[in-house]
Amino acid sequence: MQTAITTARSPTASASLDSDGTLSCAGAWKMANVPFLERQLAEVLGTESGQQVWEMSGITSMDTAGAWLVRRSLSRLEQTGRRVELRGVRAEFEQLIRWISDEGESVAGQPQKPGMIDQLGHAAWNASLQGLGFLSFVGESTLVLLRLLVNPRRIRWQPFFYNLRAGGLQAVPIVGLLSFMMGVVIAYQAAVALRPYGASVFIVEFVGIAMLREIVPLITAIIVAGRSGSAYTAQIGTMKVTEEVNAMRTMGIDPLELLIAPKVLALVVALPLLTAFADVTGVFGGMVIARTQLDVGFNAFLDRFESVIFPTDYLIGVGKAPVFAVIIAMIGCYQGLCVSGSAESVGRHTTVSVVQSIFVVIVFDALFSVLLDWMGIGLFAQ
Amino acid sequence: MSFDDKIPEPVIEIRHLTTRFGSAVIHDDISFTVLRGEIFAVVGASGSGKSTLLQEMIMLRRPESGSIHVLGKDLSAIGERESMELRRRLGVLFQHGALFSALTVAENIAVPLREHTQLSVEFIREIVGIKLGWVRLPANSAEKYPNQLSGGMLKRAALARAIALDPELVFLDEPTAGLDPASTAALDDLIRQLKYILGLTIVMVTHDLDSLWNVAGRVGVLGDGKLLEVGTMEELSRSDHPLVAEYFQGSRGRGAKEQAWNRR
Repeated sequence: MQTAITTARSPTASASLDSDGTLSCAGAWKMANVPFLERQLAEVLGTESGQQVWEMSGITSMDTAGAWLVRRSLSRLEQTGRRVELRGVRAEFEQLIRWISDEGESVAGQPQKPGMIDQLGHAAWNASLQGLGFLSFVGESTLVLLRLLVNPRRIRWQPFFYNLRAGGLQAVPIVGLLSFMMGVVIAYQAAVALRPYGASVFIVEFVGIAMLREIVPLITAIIVAGRSGSAYTAQIGTMKVTEEVNAMRTMGIDPLELLIAPKVLALVVALPLLTAFADVTGVFGGMVIARTQLDVGFNAFLDRFESVIFPTDYLIGVGKAPVFAVIIAMIGCYQGLCVSGSAESVGRHTTVSVVQSIFVVIVFDALFSVLLDWMGIGLFAQ
Repeated sequence: MSFDDKIPEPVIEIRHLTTRFGSAVIHDDISFTVLRGEIFAVVGASGSGKSTLLQEMIMLRRPESGSIHVLGKDLSAIGERESMELRRRLGVLFQHGALFSALTVAENIAVPLREHTQLSVEFIREIVGIKLGWVRLPANSAEKYPNQLSGGMLKRAALARAIALDPELVFLDEPTAGLDPASTAALDDLIRQLKYILGLTIVMVTHDLDSLWNVAGRVGVLGDGKLLEVGTMEELSRSDHPLVAEYFQGSRGRGAKEQAWNRR
């Protein structure tokens, strides 16, 4: 005569307490039913104390989750000083439960997540390691570059020209177009301010100085960082993952000489050329706006351009380009060499490479402004 | 897994399977059956279509003609929902592990559990711990990323993920490739033990003759697009089919056999 105190059923499994205190377990003790059984057991076991009997003969199948549920409930009950006797367990289920307790319990605890100070320390340590790594990379590659300049026959011309084409020639359309559009935007803003004062003709100074000195070198460097810097990181990073870089080293080929030097040199040549080309399209963008919005014709614009814009303005802009090129190429290559192990790491370092090189380019641009002012060829000197 | 039926029933039935890559015939009318609870190995020279066969059995590729039944389901006539259910009952260990590189080992093993069960986070963590213990991975490897693991540990972690949902049928693609002999032997033991405890049916593709002697129940030999022979390693090592003999009776084959005998 048994009356069930608690009866609840999911379609295929159950755990219910009989009137004599026996826990009847039945059905499929499998993953799909475990959340239900877990709730069931918690409800049932809270009420009982002392000796307990679990009648397990009704269980038809059991998997890891089911076995662990039994094992885990037992050890929790034992911790609170209650003893449980399992009855009617099939041999294979008993084996599974035993195997879980042998194997599973050693890994019960998991390491704690590091605290905030811990994380801060790790971040600072990693940042300083990265900084040191980059410094030593710059040192090494400078040595290699100097060696190549002394002995130019060692320069790998094939990768150099390949990179010149990929990073320079193929970037011409996008750099030209974007620079043209920047010229349009800048001139348009100026036009709005100048027209009410009848000072339309000063558009020439505005467009000329802003574009040649600042905007074109910067926008070109940013586009190239996005195009070539990221490509360098991805290429070298992938070669790191497939151990091509190591293969190169074992063959006695210096990766700095074969992979990195040609890229740096190619970009140092390409970026000033791109900047010069972008100067032309950028100023042309300004001329279009000057003519359509301010009635300053092309001839009038160019006449004034000749007299108010000095070669210094142009040279300062183009002169920054090689510095930006070195920054972009160095950071791109260094991040590529930092890649370790997986494809995911390639993606991460590519992002870091682009963000870092744009950041450093802008910092150096600011430094240039200060430096030029000291040298007496800054904007105020005119 | 289920312990209900002890009578071997077919788990995989392949009938008149034909596969082509363009004009190249990979499988030409292949038929065989894998029974519940056995370890069935597929061997063959490189390019004999072992991996293709495996891909067809795990529903990553469709054969040109012929039928494949897995756990009683016809793969050519299976619907979207049914195939999802079937996939849950299969575990696959890929050749290079195929662990998700953005996740830690523990998170990798938890992926199928999180996707397919309603277990609580804590319960999943505990199950992950059990699976890690089963494949003999030290507890501190749980928080490591796949690229921080050695080849042997990577295979173990991938095996733990393959058995996360307690599948009935596990496919192993070259489980011991690239491992040192000690790790190979340990992995073989592990596979045998898991099969015994969990009642798994295992289909493995391998080149490793030692593994074949130690683990495989029956072995199917692929060659020339045909299934040349199916049998135990005993039977195959006495075969007089020239291709099979070449495979098993070379000096390496004999060495592996002697070793297996000495171990018994």
